Amino acid sequence: MSDHSSEFQQAPMESYLSKEAKSNTLSKSKVRRAKILGVIMLFLSAVVMFVLAPASAGIATFGLSFSDDKFQLEALAIPSTAALYVLAMVLAFLGGTQFLKGFQRKSTLILGISFVVFVISIMIWATAGQEFSLISMLVSTIARTTPIALGALSGILCERSGVVNIGIEGMLLGGAFTGVVMGSLLGGWIGLIAATITGGILALLLAFLSINYRVDQIIIGVVINLLVLGLTSFLTAQILVGRPEWNDAPIFPAIKIPILGDIPIIGPMFFDQTVIVYAMFGLVALTTFMLFRTRWGLRTRSVGENPKAADSLGISVSKTRYLAVVYGGMVGGFAGAWFTLGTVGRFDEGMTGGAGFIGLAAMIFGGWNPIGALGAALIFGFSDSLSQKLALVNTSIPTEFLSMTPYLVTIVVVAGLVGRARPPAADGQPFEKQ
Amino acid sequence: MSSQLDPQAQEDLLNPRERSFTQRLATAADWRSAILIPFLAVISALIIGLIMIILTGSSFSEAMNAYLALLDGSVGSLRAISETLTAATPLMLAGLSVALAFRAGLFNIGGEGQALIGGMFAVWVGFSITGLPIFIHLPLAIIAGILGGAIWGFIPGILKAKTGAHEVITTIMLNYIALRLVDFLLKTTMFQREGRNDPVSKNIEVSAEYPTFLSGIDSALRVHAGLFVALGAAFLIYWLLFRTTIGFEFRAVGANPSAARYAGISVTKVYILVMLIAGALAGTAGAGQVLGVLGRTTPGFTADLGFDGIAVALLGRSNPWGVVAAAILFGGLRAGGQQMQVSASVGIDLISVIQALIIIFVAAPALISAIYRLKTPVASAQISKGWGA
Repeated sequence: MSDHSSEFQQAPMESYLSKEAKSNTLSKSKVRRAKILGVIMLFLSAVVMFVLAPASAGIATFGLSFSDDKFQLEALAIPSTAALYVLAMVLAFLGGTQFLKGFQRKSTLILGISFVVFVISIMIWATAGQEFSLISMLVSTIARTTPIALGALSGILCERSGVVNIGIEGMLLGGAFTGVVMGSLLGGWIGLIAATITGGILALLLAFLSINYRVDQIIIGVVINLLVLGLTSFLTAQILVGRPEWNDAPIFPAIKIPILGDIPIIGPMFFDQTVIVYAMFGLVALTTFMLFRTRWGLRTRSVGENPKAADSLGISVSKTRYLAVVYGGMVGGFAGAWFTLGTVGRFDEGMTGGAGFIGLAAMIFGGWNPIGALGAALIFGFSDSLSQKLALVNTSIPTEFLSMTPYLVTIVVVAGLVGRARPPAADGQPFEKQ
Repeated sequence: MSSQLDPQAQEDLLNPRERSFTQRLATAADWRSAILIPFLAVISALIIGLIMIILTGSSFSEAMNAYLALLDGSVGSLRAISETLTAATPLMLAGLSVALAFRAGLFNIGGEGQALIGGMFAVWVGFSITGLPIFIHLPLAIIAGILGGAIWGFIPGILKAKTGAHEVITTIMLNYIALRLVDFLLKTTMFQREGRNDPVSKNIEVSAEYPTFLSGIDSALRVHAGLFVALGAAFLIYWLLFRTTIGFEFRAVGANPSAARYAGISVTKVYILVMLIAGALAGTAGAGQVLGVLGRTTPGFTADLGFDGIAVALLGRSNPWGVVAAAILFGGLRAGGQQMQVSASVGIDLISVIQALIIIFVAAPALISAIYRLKTPVASAQISKGWGA
């Protein structure tokens, strides 16, 4: 009886709501969703047709190669007005079909394609009559994707084991700070290791308070962010300002992989980057393998989905969670090193600027799956990079709206308007051995 | 909220038949969790702060001097007290916003965005309307702030109620959207000050400013009438939570949403209403900064107000008067931190560290119990229950 009532106590409102929402998800709401998506696409088409196309003139030139590349590609020259009308037609066709007939299962994919077409339209409109180095934007997309993807990976590792990690931002910032200090004193590789350890220590704090003391995990995450922001700012003002030599770390150089690095477009994007970027791809692959193909991964996921069942099978819930959280924290700290050792070589207060939260967004958008999160991070990295580069071209486009995309997309995803991301069932719930 | 229950009450929670639902709701926080734990948390955080000052290269006496400056800057003079109350005013409102949501089982991390939007609404009314007397213009500007915050709180509220989207995620995302929106708006002709290239809004009219009621004594006394608005809001929220049916429904949903639903309470309505009011409170906080202190807006003008609100709400145990007390304490730390930075050259960021440590200790009372060897451990705060969705 007491067991039953405690179940009753813990039954979260959310699950109750979603059950109700599911029972309503009959064909009616599906039809409505299809219509809404169709209207969105038609709206995008209208924007391209009536706002962007009339306002564009001349030829938009997109550079596809750096001047020192081995194989030169000719710059892409697109007559802007004509191209925009064509793209508007494509959008109108997709939107119209979606509205009238619907693409059923493929509708989310079609919506994605529509957004890509829309983004291309914006790029053509913005560069009309000018030159835009597409290749440098693509290269910086990969660079900017790196901390987001690693941050998301950090979150995935914690949350797959059932511990919510809102403190990714703090782990990034902490890693960036110790990375630069140790990097300045002892060299880049030591800096990288120090950053990783810092993330691990912060994760230990998260694990200790949430597992041993069963403190609300979201509160600890918020605290980690505040603590690290305060601590790094305090130490910067007290120590680094007076010792600039402690805040001047070597930057990891880009390493070009022979042959592969010479492939046009793909070469500079994927095979001429820093160690941290390569490590990101490696960690995504490794973590995917570990989570879904090893005994450790199965145990970690079981503890995140149903700790009671895992416990009754003899798996130590707290030990498994400790391991996953600390591993996740180390990935977060490593990601932080990208901000200092991977780019500028110096630390500034609050320099991560919300990348940890974009990582959180990528984790959710990617459905708590490393590969999915990498895909989401690529989209967010692209929108980030695009808004940076478009600011350089003389356009009136408000880049603030582009940098809002990750956040808007996340809200749309958690609201279940486009697909539904399902978190691990026991995510955020402390476990008490009975 | 099991956070405020002693072991006995917690056991009652597990055996609900022995005590009725309403009885459990009425269980008041005992003195240990209401006073002793927060007090020890503050002391512990201050001690760690002291150690940090020493570790960064100061001697013990220098560190003590820094703390004396902190004390002097927060309560040492009439001006110091005025500064403390000025800093405490927005913290009260932001803290109330988070506390109200906590009571209904929601975690409002979005105070930051709500305050930003509220502040933008208020500054617009503040500068765009001219020629009104203060008793019309000022209330209008405050109402605009309330409205702006309420809109920004309504979005996560309705998303939570209608789709189950977790408010922690949506409010975090809305914070960043608000930040970018402010950046954008401050570059438009509607907001940007004439002849300026940097993002700064026009100055508000004098008739939209909160009166500084002590400036007659000394013009440096900045404390403004927004303090009374904040205290009034604290009273209003206390009355709402503990003296009205709707407040009871809020707390019932916070205690157990499933049970509340079976009891006939519309959880949907509660979620929307709570986030609406929480947003309005944070919006008032942002508006208060604009109308009482800044007179204009700049990018990120709220300066982490929403996050400080979380600290205040936790320290105040989500009780409106506890929030007021916690806000005054944190306001004192902020005001004293300025003095500490100037006269003892210890960075004000130490205050953020101390604040974060206080939250850790308050959120994990068992930690405090272990350190100080208190007899009965107190249960940790459990407000949110994971992502759900």
